[in-house]
Amino acid sequence: MTALSISNLTVSVDTKTILKGLSLTVPNGEVHAIMGPNGAGKSTLGYALAGRPNYAVTGGTATFNGEDLLDKDVHERAAAGLYLSFQYPLEIPGVPALTFLRTALNAQKKLRGEDEVSAPDFLRRVREVAKSLKIDMDMLKRPLNVGFSGGEKKRMEVLQMAMLEPKFLILDETDSGLDIDALKVVSDGVNALRSPERGMLVITHYQRLLDHIKPDQVHVLVAGRIVKSGGPELALELEARGYDEYLGVAA
Amino acid sequence: MAAVKETIDTVAKLETYEHGFVTDIEMEFAPKGLNADIVRFISAKKNEPEWMLELRLAAFERWLTMEEPDWAKVNYTRVNYQDLYYYAAPKKKVGPKSLDEIDPEILKTYEKLGIPLREQMVLAGVEGAPKYAVDAVFDSVSVITTFKDELKKYGVIFCSISEALREHPELVRQYLGTVVPVSDNYFAALNAAVFSDGSFVYVPPGVRCPMELSTYFRINAENTGQFERTLIIADKGAYVSYLEGCTAPQRDENQLHAAVVELIALDDANIKYSTVQNWYPGDAEGKGGIYNFVTKRADCRGARSKVSWTQVETGSAVTWKYPSCILRGDDSVGEFYSIAVTNGAQQADTGTKMIHLGKNTRSRIISKGVSAGRSSNTYRGLVSAHAKATGARNFTQCDSLLIGKTCAAHTVPYVESDTAKAQFEHEATTTRLSEDQLFYAMQRGLSQEEAVALLVNGFVRDVLQELPMEFAVEAQKLVAISLEGSVG
Repeated sequence: MTALSISNLTVSVDTKTILKGLSLTVPNGEVHAIMGPNGAGKSTLGYALAGRPNYAVTGGTATFNGEDLLDKDVHERAAAGLYLSFQYPLEIPGVPALTFLRTALNAQKKLRGEDEVSAPDFLRRVREVAKSLKIDMDMLKRPLNVGFSGGEKKRMEVLQMAMLEPKFLILDETDSGLDIDALKVVSDGVNALRSPERGMLVITHYQRLLDHIKPDQVHVLVAGRIVKSGGPELALELEARGYDEYLGVAA
Repeated sequence: MAAVKETIDTVAKLETYEHGFVTDIEMEFAPKGLNADIVRFISAKKNEPEWMLELRLAAFERWLTMEEPDWAKVNYTRVNYQDLYYYAAPKKKVGPKSLDEIDPEILKTYEKLGIPLREQMVLAGVEGAPKYAVDAVFDSVSVITTFKDELKKYGVIFCSISEALREHPELVRQYLGTVVPVSDNYFAALNAAVFSDGSFVYVPPGVRCPMELSTYFRINAENTGQFERTLIIADKGAYVSYLEGCTAPQRDENQLHAAVVELIALDDANIKYSTVQNWYPGDAEGKGGIYNFVTKRADCRGARSKVSWTQVETGSAVTWKYPSCILRGDDSVGEFYSIAVTNGAQQADTGTKMIHLGKNTRSRIISKGVSAGRSSNTYRGLVSAHAKATGARNFTQCDSLLIGKTCAAHTVPYVESDTAKAQFEHEATTTRLSEDQLFYAMQRGLSQEEAVALLVNGFVRDVLQELPMEFAVEAQKLVAISLEGSVG
């Protein structure tokens, strides 16, 4: 079944049109990469799908597992299983990471009409996941992301996705700010979530992330549209030749 | 974590002001208006000693010569002092011996408010749960004080101030008005003239009070001012933790609450005073609500004494309140932890005074102001050092959080030092609740209100941690409820 289906999507931010008729489908179980030059609208796509205020959808449709995604509120999209890993995760002063995560998990469960997770079950699971991501439990008692390094913040994003078990992941430049070791830890964490029931959209500038998270398809996003789609080899081509040849096409 | 979850559930469940109901019981009122005869009436009602009546009359004379203060950053329709009742008491006898003698309607009121008046109710609670004694004040009178007998075993006196005036007049006379003199300010003078009840606590030397003490104030009657007077004395080496809570019915008229609280800490004594203030704030347009004009002051009279004020202010239409510490004893310590939340058309002008008189005295101020709606939230504070206060130290941190675009936050710190050997630090921040943080939290599954509650609770966490455990949960809920509908 198709997890995410986007058709002819246009999105404006402050009256400036960023996405200009973008179409894309990602079936469950597949990982699709979106690559493109700066300013092409890669992050805008992630934000618009997640429902960020001020990212106005002015045309087109997006369905998620058959349901209209765009008429849902931000938290309803999250509870439906959409997870956006932020390029710059926010700092939440005074709210310990564990508190934030458990509150979020239970809020999603409540919205889906499921039972809340008990404190012992929650802690047991967090310990496992944290260990696999080399996150110290003491760090989870500190306010979320406050004073964390770039790599620590990205690991926290992966920890949250592992705990929330979303149906679909959008990774927005998850590789930015990561050294080689951290990139490996984060990629392993994401790969552990690959499953036939879960789709992923990996937004990145660089091929190197795709060495770790192997995509089924690669799409080139330029000036608000997908200008080319292909297999993993397309990423290698882009790495070698750059985006120049597409910039002409889009203009 | 459980607390946060509970907060969120509460937000989903509760109405904006859940304590807005009125209890229908027969009341006894003094005639409307204020004159010397009313003062005599109140004193006579309470069978007070002659010196007390004289003190009241002197305060009344003084009040007549004073002007209502107007320096605070608040605007309100002035109170017509001749249009108020100064005494309202449930029409059953004052100070019943047992619960059976209290009007069942009053018992129901406290039950509805979740205040345990039956000792066995508290005792029957969860095993190991901390128990606390309650003095319940209904309009002008104290209706009951729980756990009195048990406290007596430790020599702790906990009763209404009316009872203290009858049973322990020498103690009251020795300390009453020594921290907040009758001439201190307009509202304090008014309070001294007409105060009707309040709580009295005395903890003898070396005694650590075995349970939390608390007073629960309820304004019920219409057109009635509440003027309570609280006096707490911790003798040498004593410790006591005290909490006050307050609610009032939802009414279209403004109601006046002008309390005076005096704390006295002798050598090595330690008083922790916490307030969770949830008076009716008025409606979103600013109609109705309580005027909360309160004078609270502690005298750290003894060496090495310590007083810690913690307040969570979410209610009242207008708040004018500065719980302060006079650091008289050498090495004494004063603390002020405050959360002030304003929404709708609420106005708060609140803060503290730390007056360093003794050597090596220390004080700490942490103030968290949260403003939403069209409200105005002002922190006003004074830190001063006398010439003899060598080695005095203060640290002040004032943080303001703005929600929305139509509210205001102000910080007015006064710092005065007459000695070069004092060290004062002041930090202040003002931030707006960030759209990006909200979006981030909502992307993880929180609704907008849940996200606001979580972020605000994070903002005030340093102060919430200073409250006794069970009240911290309560306070956290209150903060969330007070901010309902503040975004979007």
